[in-house]
Amino acid sequence: MPHSASSLRLELRAITKRYPGTLANDRIDLRISAGEIHALLGENGAGKSTLMKIIYGVTAPDSGEVVWQGQRVQVRDPAQARALGIGMVFQHFSLFETLTVAENIALALGRDAGTPKQLEPKIREVSQRYGMGLEPERLVHSLSIGERQRVEIVRCLMQDIRLLILDEPTSVLTPQEVDELFVTLRALAAEGCSILFISHKLGEVRALCDSATVLRGGRVAGACVPRECSDLQLARLMVGDAEGLEASYPKASGGLTRLRVDDLSWHNLDPFGTSLDRLRLEVRSGEIVGIAGVAGNGQDELLALLSGETRLPRGERERITLDQQPIANLHPDVRRRLGMAFVPAERLGHGAVPDMSLADNALLSSFHQGLVGHGMVRRGRVEALAENIVRRFGVKTPDIHTLARSLSGGNLQKFILGREVMQQPTLLVAAHPTWGVDVGAAATIHRELIALRDAGAAILVISEDLDELFQISDRLGALCSGRLSPLKATAHTTLTEVGRWMAGEFDNPAAA
Amino acid sequence: MLLTLEPRLQQSRRHLLLSPLLAALLTLLCGALLFAALGHDPLATFHTLLIEPVQDFYGVSELLIKAIPILLCALGLAVAYQARIWNIGAEGQLLIGALAGSALAINLLDWDSVLALPAVILTGVLAGALWAALAAWLRTHFNANEILTTIMLNYIALNLLLYFVHGPLKDPEGFSFPQSAMFADASRLPTLFDDVRLHAGFYLVLLAAVAVWVLLSRSFLGFQVRVLGLDSRAAGLMGFREKRLVWLALLISGGLAGLAGVSEVTGPIGQLVPQVSPGYGYAAITVAFLGRLNPLGIIVAGLLMALLYLGGENAQMTLNLPQSLTELFQGMMLFFLLACDLLILYRVRLGSWFRPATRKHTEHAPA
Repeated sequence: MPHSASSLRLELRAITKRYPGTLANDRIDLRISAGEIHALLGENGAGKSTLMKIIYGVTAPDSGEVVWQGQRVQVRDPAQARALGIGMVFQHFSLFETLTVAENIALALGRDAGTPKQLEPKIREVSQRYGMGLEPERLVHSLSIGERQRVEIVRCLMQDIRLLILDEPTSVLTPQEVDELFVTLRALAAEGCSILFISHKLGEVRALCDSATVLRGGRVAGACVPRECSDLQLARLMVGDAEGLEASYPKASGGLTRLRVDDLSWHNLDPFGTSLDRLRLEVRSGEIVGIAGVAGNGQDELLALLSGETRLPRGERERITLDQQPIANLHPDVRRRLGMAFVPAERLGHGAVPDMSLADNALLSSFHQGLVGHGMVRRGRVEALAENIVRRFGVKTPDIHTLARSLSGGNLQKFILGREVMQQPTLLVAAHPTWGVDVGAAATIHRELIALRDAGAAILVISEDLDELFQISDRLGALCSGRLSPLKATAHTTLTEVGRWMAGEFDNPAAA
Repeated sequence: MLLTLEPRLQQSRRHLLLSPLLAALLTLLCGALLFAALGHDPLATFHTLLIEPVQDFYGVSELLIKAIPILLCALGLAVAYQARIWNIGAEGQLLIGALAGSALAINLLDWDSVLALPAVILTGVLAGALWAALAAWLRTHFNANEILTTIMLNYIALNLLLYFVHGPLKDPEGFSFPQSAMFADASRLPTLFDDVRLHAGFYLVLLAAVAVWVLLSRSFLGFQVRVLGLDSRAAGLMGFREKRLVWLALLISGGLAGLAGVSEVTGPIGQLVPQVSPGYGYAAITVAFLGRLNPLGIIVAGLLMALLYLGGENAQMTLNLPQSLTELFQGMMLFFLLACDLLILYRVRLGSWFRPATRKHTEHAPA
């Protein structure tokens, strides 16, 4: 046993939690020492979230024991967890945009902690001690995502914290911000605070964590020291044997220009939204163009303009052309009939209707594929298509009459991407195609994108995952504050350069 | 908490069917308590209320006559509600349909042609659709909430009807009664049997039910309507035109409500009177939801609602119970249905008093 009993901060013994239809946690053991940075690795649906919620008191386990600093405890709710010294930073922040940093923290800490004004000195002190620059008086809506995350971390650190749980904290950060976060976390650990770091980015886990517990299918698949394992070994632990995990794809150079975005500016009326400033971009047939950037820098706006949810007036329709045909004023269904397909960032509620079956969701975007005759839905063809998608893309579902919302995120994403790929589009626009998707499903999705590219389609991928973009894109650029960096062949750029673009360090190509 | 609600992973199909039955049972139970409290024998009262009215063929025919306008309105509302367009204005659309149809009919008193009836009916349908179109225009151009506009249009419609029936359309030979002249036979819906009043509006209902079913369950247009109702962002991404669908849904529901109105004046009534509708358009809202926005379910619910109307009248005459009884039953029915519908998406569990058996040891410190 590497841990001596006295320095154990948290020990989980045989934690089991059953939900209707699934065993989310099956006799899970986990040990974290004082000052240890421990990784919890696993695919989507492996049981990471359930385990976190049990530690943080959001759900109760069906059986098993939680031992906190040598004492058996029953964590009834998050308030009790915080009283014990357990803090948690969720993937999705819970901050009020119209309030200041100090007001947000005061709200979270409760009445007894003091007024926002009284808290300000401590906020400054804590944020400086751990190298996180943060101004307590600033309004949250003016903060970058990285800064907002700091607010959440500082909020935890305002109390006497002995264990900090971070749920996929790096998914929203630029590479530089990730480095800064790691400095903070190492400083915290050096003071004896334990950290439970949940992630599926293997490189980061190796760079930061002392030890790792890998979950697969609700069970502990293995424990290891990440520094001594290769990516492939870790990935194998996470997904078992799956092909394509370490695939590298040959780069392509593309043919004729399919999509051309020419000097596209768009003013956003939403004060918290992003306006687009003179974007220029070309996507050729047979190539994948990747657009990096931290969320909220104009990705949603660009996507809406490309899909036709936002349309430009007729006079400006030449701003976006498909095969030299102006389309910026056309409705989405017309664009689809011209051969475009879209995978939006949000699966449920945008890409798929949660309360409709998979069959109906297949019809949703494929209506121009011969599924409708004389205004009537051809049920047989719709169901055949849905069956086809499920089979070819390995979507795990009881049948095609299952509601979309009962599928896991990765499975639904495979279904949506499959639905669009099956249309054999000439231009596919995909946003965050593998966000929150497990390693195995991500490999499938990447393979299909490459196959579609090799069949001659033009593909535009907007993603926050740089590893993904470097793996599959032939050319790369980044969005920052509604401006687009120059696009460069992936082979001729580096992670550092793209990181600088993401922070806005590039000449506006339109000005040059 | 003793009882907790736990979300189900999937809709429970069993409860989708059971919920209306359970709601009906609870309504009967509460009704029985109510009658007992009023000093009536519950069983005898139920007999008067629910069985007596349909004991003979005449009664069944009266039931169908009552159900026709309710069903026509409810079928139209189902289209709008599937798109989550909350048209509360079936009552007003019905009244305008009746008014416009009557206005034409009393100008055709001497025209003995087979075209007279279709012309009158078509006028009623178009007028109802036009009345709903006002709400569609207000919503698509000014983003005005259709719940408010359709309710307000109901009052305007009622007062328009009253004005015309007291003024321009009043029968000059009618001894100043507020009613129009009787329509010519060429403008009347024919009756289907000799000695009962059931009229051809019955066929219109069947036609409408099939048409609405085909639209909602089989056509791509109906699919778009459902997508708009369930997830308007997905509809936007796919290019389903929200404004067009709003127009379509409101025109269909307005047209069918107008048809209900004109089939009342050309059918059982035969002239325009102020009391064309005892609230059919409002009852249809309950019927649409009781029937789960599904044509077959709506027919069942509409017959039940018509029975409550007839039974209420019967109870008023023979037992001297107030007429508001009908409304009370309608209200209870909707109330219990909504409550029981919770079971479709949630399951009820005995709360944490009984559960901690699995973790009773966890509080103790380790030995």
